[in-house]
Amino acid sequence: MTEVAEARTPAAGTRPGTGLRTSDRGAWFLVLPALIPILLLSAGPLLYGVLLAFTDAQSGRTATTRWIGALNFRDLLHDTLFWESFRIGLVWAAGVTVPQFLLALGLALLLNQDLRLRGLARALAIVPWAMPEVVVGIMWRLVYDPDAGVLNETLRDLGLGSGRAWLSGLATALPAVIVVGVWAGLPQTTVALLAGLQNVPRELHEAAAVDGAGAWRRFRTVTWPALRPVALAITALNLIWNLNSFGLVYVLTGGGPGGKTRLPMLFAYEEAFRYGQFGYAAAMGCVLVAVVSVLLAVFLAGRLRGGEDA
Amino acid sequence: MRAARTPRTRRAARAGQYTALLAYLLFLAFPLLWLLSTALKSPRELGSPHPAWIPRHPTLANVRQAFAEQPLAHAALNSLLVALATAVVTVLIATPLAYVMARHRTRAARAATGWVVVSQAFPFVLLIIPLFLVLKRLRLIDSPTGLVLVYVVWSLPFALWMLAGHVRAVPAELEEAAAVDGAGRLRTLASVTAPLLAPGIAATALFAFVTAWNEFFFALVLLKSPRRQTLPVVLTHFIGAEGVADLGPLAAAAFLATLPSLAFFALVQRRITSGLLTGAVKS
Repeated sequence: MTEVAEARTPAAGTRPGTGLRTSDRGAWFLVLPALIPILLLSAGPLLYGVLLAFTDAQSGRTATTRWIGALNFRDLLHDTLFWESFRIGLVWAAGVTVPQFLLALGLALLLNQDLRLRGLARALAIVPWAMPEVVVGIMWRLVYDPDAGVLNETLRDLGLGSGRAWLSGLATALPAVIVVGVWAGLPQTTVALLAGLQNVPRELHEAAAVDGAGAWRRFRTVTWPALRPVALAITALNLIWNLNSFGLVYVLTGGGPGGKTRLPMLFAYEEAFRYGQFGYAAAMGCVLVAVVSVLLAVFLAGRLRGGEDA
Repeated sequence: MRAARTPRTRRAARAGQYTALLAYLLFLAFPLLWLLSTALKSPRELGSPHPAWIPRHPTLANVRQAFAEQPLAHAALNSLLVALATAVVTVLIATPLAYVMARHRTRAARAATGWVVVSQAFPFVLLIIPLFLVLKRLRLIDSPTGLVLVYVVWSLPFALWMLAGHVRAVPAELEEAAAVDGAGRLRTLASVTAPLLAPGIAATALFAFVTAWNEFFFALVLLKSPRRQTLPVVLTHFIGAEGVADLGPLAAAAFLATLPSLAFFALVQRRITSGLLTGAVKS
């Protein structure tokens, strides 16, 4: 290896013969302070949680917890309420993730342009990120409020009827909370895509413009290939985050009306902490993990393969 | 497609871009403005059938009533302590690991990187039940200490990811030069790496702070007695069992609870949008 080549290697520390060479033992010493809490409060509980799914653990019970094999999972299979909640969770996750990505992509492309108001837009675009999800939920309750809410008032002003009870209507509750989900998640996605846009080679863009490529063409052939890895990563993360979402809907509807917005997380929370069925709720968690993993694998594999000919 | 660059179509494109930008601004801003508007309205105006954007008689009565109805000041103090402790502990234990992740290709570094990725897929519900049982055995349920422990582990992946990006931005050649000059390992870390890393550490600490300040789910499950509860949990008490809420105080309290995080994001806004995350995303 020449000197020049060496200078480019990012992981310089482990190269033999340099000043900061560290043995594995030295590295472990630095890793330990973080590793212990991770093992105790993250990896350990996760394994414990999987084990709990095969027991009849309940809160506040004096009898000892017993192994019951796959009984929880067999019960879950026939639990229509759970599968309905599961279906709602998937609708919610897809309904939030897709518009979130498209809207964030549009916003990121705009913010990457040299426009007036860009500073204001950039500041405003991250405000939802700064807000506690409880506050986001409360805020949108005020917007959706049947009497004092701005949505119904605007509809009345426009002569579009007298408005409705958005969050307690059977048909409108899920779409209404999905809009809030999109609003709340827009910043992270926009910021990630904006960062990804910095990877787009500017010269290539200009060259394509000189060659007469239109905006759409330039986006497809220059911007998108450079942006794709970031877009893929943030969409996958959004999908997971949205499936795990809890606080927003808890504050907005509490899972109602009639369970129409009862996401799997809310369902499992009630099962565990309202009815004390720890084992059964853990089994739900396991099913969720399995589904998330499969979805992700399919999504990532499909996207990676689809990228070959793009 | 060649026509795309004529001045006329370009002006049309600009107009389209501004229209789109305004639509975004409207979508992002209107709930915030409505929150503020509701917070400043008198009870009588809130009861009127035609709510207006601008309160006719702006009042701070809602703020006073919010503080009277719920122990907001105490809850804010709880949140502050938990968030501060989370920020300090997170940075203290994340920085060494992030350094190893960025600089070394050991098994430890690879395992940590893998965990950062995998941990994003954990559903909290699978985590919270065993955590609840473990913390109960340790007598850390309904205790700020237990909550801080959970928050630290919870904010570690993001902290590691951010910090590792910042470590990579410090040229390894600088450390090597110091080593060649005879500085020991600790000396190099303390006098070369740490100062260059300080802004990154500060930003990470602030992120951990805001994450803990805003968090709701774990606080809801782990804190039972009202005097220990953090701000987000106390805020939900404004909404009655039937979902009926006293809108004015609710809005006022919600608005106040957002101010610290808003101040923080205003502080780091430029860095977030202009590439704080660029390094981390690229890596």
